[in-house]
Amino acid sequence: MHFEDEPVPGYSLPILPGHFSPGRLERVLRAGKFAVTAEIAPPDSADAEDVYQRAKIFDGYVDAINATDGSGANCHMSSVGVCSLLTRIGYAMVMQVSCRDRNRIAIQGDILGAAAMGVSNILCLTGDGVQAGDQPEAKPVFDLDAVSLASTVRTMRDESRFLSGRELSYPPHVFIGAAANPFAPPYDYRVPRLKKKIEAGVQFIQTQYCFDVNRLREYMKQACDLGLHERAFILVGVGPLASARAAAWIRDHVPGVHIPDEVITRLKGAQKQKAEGINLCIDLIQQIKDIEGVAGAHIMAYRQEESVAEIVEQSGVLAGRIPWYPGRDQETKVEKRAL
Amino acid sequence: MYAARRWSVRHARLLESTYDLLEGFLNALHPLWLKIGYDRVEKPITFIERNIKGFLFDCQMCGKCVLGDTGMSCPMNCPKQLQNGPCGGVLSDGNCEVKPDMRCVWVEAEIGSRLMRRGSGIEIARPPVDHSKQGSSSWLRVVREKRDRQFYAQS
Repeated sequence: MHFEDEPVPGYSLPILPGHFSPGRLERVLRAGKFAVTAEIAPPDSADAEDVYQRAKIFDGYVDAINATDGSGANCHMSSVGVCSLLTRIGYAMVMQVSCRDRNRIAIQGDILGAAAMGVSNILCLTGDGVQAGDQPEAKPVFDLDAVSLASTVRTMRDESRFLSGRELSYPPHVFIGAAANPFAPPYDYRVPRLKKKIEAGVQFIQTQYCFDVNRLREYMKQACDLGLHERAFILVGVGPLASARAAAWIRDHVPGVHIPDEVITRLKGAQKQKAEGINLCIDLIQQIKDIEGVAGAHIMAYRQEESVAEIVEQSGVLAGRIPWYPGRDQETKVEKRAL
Repeated sequence: MYAARRWSVRHARLLESTYDLLEGFLNALHPLWLKIGYDRVEKPITFIERNIKGFLFDCQMCGKCVLGDTGMSCPMNCPKQLQNGPCGGVLSDGNCEVKPDMRCVWVEAEIGSRLMRRGSGIEIARPPVDHSKQGSSSWLRVVREKRDRQFYAQS
């Protein structure tokens, strides 16, 4: 998708009437296109080149890249750092903000900093508990939760003030997102919780890994009955499983990820399990894209990032569209180092 | 106490009515509180509140009680202290991802709020916890704020 007003990479796009952010993700979604986002693995390194390499792998296949914020409570380069580097060379970033590690003072400061660096999308997350990660002795903060974080960002953006009421001279123009997990109990309470998030200001949703399309259908039906799909863009989380063993491990050890037995059986029966995992992911995307209310897919290919291109290509969801990447448009091509 | 906490959720409606009576009683005693001074009465009331609510709900004395909106299941007992519903990590048996031997407080909250007369409070988005109220009496605050509102409404 080409925007006529595509700026020099590193600068924001103009905010269109009725839009909230100067980002490409909001434009793609509001244009009614099936959006594709992917998750970058932040490096355990202080080298910018590591970040550029990891982003490059998605070039031409994704509309925005999520920078995780200590996912699984493991320490990596911060989402603010990753976003700063990548927005400077023009990438559309979704900055994940988790409530686990920072209080409301730190988070509001980061949001201003990120928006100033060109981050147009913020994903408000509760965050995994510290017990899940490599430093379980850390102090969990959880000063805010995903809902109050979303309403904090909305207050900053729409009312141009901090939570305390103190005024901002320029508000952060960001598109507000949140996660949702249709696949964990209490199932009856999942859609009302989605509604709560949307009422708090959330405009797009990226769900937890979906391996159970029937459960997703039920969830989406309930959401559509309440008209929630018209108030927020719902991107369904998918990802390739490396093998039947890996799938069983994830099912037993990663809270909130539900993998039905038939998925594991299908992987077990395959000769090349890794390739079958990718095929399964492609099949899932194709089933998901036709469900009412689904606006896109969020591909989480942890440690298999190179497979995202194949998954997007094979699933055909971009329908010939080539999302922006550094150097896509000849006339705006600039040296990465020049900025 | 964990067993008492679970009992409380299953008797959310009874506790809701009990609290209504208590609030009426404390409210009626407003002239007395005013005479002694709210600040001086704070300490003994806090002591009683801490013990009763500590036993029934594992109360943490956050000072801004929301039990009436959360099915008598206290969200401060959630390891993430979530104020607006369960996180995505609830285990398939409805237990907590951080403390797998404990029921998710929000799974319990949903059960409790269905039993209550005014259970729809669970649908309201709650603001972040005001940590400056930690350790103070929520019961007295309710009475005081109600009186303040009446006072300002008259003047």
